[in-house]
Amino acid sequence: MTRFIIILLSAVFINNYVLSRFLGICPFLGVSKKLNQATGMSIAVIFVMLISTAVTYPIQKCLLDPNNLEYLQTIVFILVIAALVQLVEIILKRYMPALHKALGVYLPLITTNCAVLGVTILNIDEGYTFAESMVNSLGSGLGFFLAMVMFSGVRSKLEGADIPKAFQGLPITLVAASITSLSFLGFGGIIENLFA
Amino acid sequence: MNTLKNFSKGLIKENPVLVLVLGTCPTLATSTSVSSALGMGAAATVVLLCSNIVISALRKIIPDKVRIPCYIVLIAGFVTMVQMLVKAFAPALDESLGIYLPLIVVNCIILGRAEMFANKNKVFDSAIDALGMGAGFTLALTMMATIREIFGNGTFLGIEIPVLAENHISILTMAPGGFFVFGCLMALVTRLSKKKPKKEEFGCAGCPSAGLCHKAQCGEEAEK
Repeated sequence: MTRFIIILLSAVFINNYVLSRFLGICPFLGVSKKLNQATGMSIAVIFVMLISTAVTYPIQKCLLDPNNLEYLQTIVFILVIAALVQLVEIILKRYMPALHKALGVYLPLITTNCAVLGVTILNIDEGYTFAESMVNSLGSGLGFFLAMVMFSGVRSKLEGADIPKAFQGLPITLVAASITSLSFLGFGGIIENLFA
Repeated sequence: MNTLKNFSKGLIKENPVLVLVLGTCPTLATSTSVSSALGMGAAATVVLLCSNIVISALRKIIPDKVRIPCYIVLIAGFVTMVQMLVKAFAPALDESLGIYLPLIVVNCIILGRAEMFANKNKVFDSAIDALGMGAGFTLALTMMATIREIFGNGTFLGIEIPVLAENHISILTMAPGGFFVFGCLMALVTRLSKKKPKKEEFGCAGCPSAGLCHKAQCGEEAEK
């Protein structure tokens, strides 16, 4: 149990996908302007991360590994994720229109999000078991959610600020992201000591 | 089309990283040292060159409706090839790039160029465009890596620099430093090019290829 908590907490705080691994920067900068959009996008990301891990992990272990096809990992994973996202969208549209309305806009955009492909590949690389992979995906998704929500708060403060001309727009957003990610550096080493 | 102009637009005027703001993830992640930045740039350029040539050659054969999945499969194939080559001949580079090597598949620069250039132009022009864009990507990465490695680590390509090595600002090689240097470089480019700051809308929804990208359009339709 302790191992699951360690994996979960380190995925959320220490190895935060956006702020320390630099995965999923595009949605982080693009969709973090408004809080409700940021929340919708992050929930869709958590959702897709969980289902794509649930599907790609068995594929890797039961199909690719026994047949010495590990080199097909990248192609298979990206195709599975793309197909899965489309499928989930169709299913949601048919059976859960309310949820589809909330997440629908963000789902197709997630296919080309490197955080999702990243989490599935990292689960295999780290040698996690199936349960650990799921926990790691959940933690990564939650970390993404936390970063998005925090950053949308920071950005709403930036709107009214008086910014030098050259820094207006994206540059100041990146500098703000730098300060946000600075706060996450403080978590380093805490988790190991928590259970020591 | 003028070949030289076609090549040089990728370097400055349409620099994929600093002006078009594509491929931010690998830029931030692999620019901690000059050697890994050069490696990432080279790997992405090879994939871009191969995918642009093949997509341009097949542009009349690939049906319009399924072109994005076709492009992704082609790109993933080339990425796998590059991945195997790097693993076999440059294991140290494979170690330092890690997860970001397979993630070239989802690098927007490659899909963006396929969509914006290769499927409309001849094979030769597409190859030149790929080389220019690849060079621009490598240039921006190397610029960032030079700043981060010299000041953050006190070294350049692993060679120690006398005074800076003792007084390095190690935060620059960490995550916050990456965002900060990228922001400052972008501000510098805006200042030097003296053009009005672009709107900050981008990301997948505002990505330059979003208008052309089949997936983004699906999203808009779903919204309606």
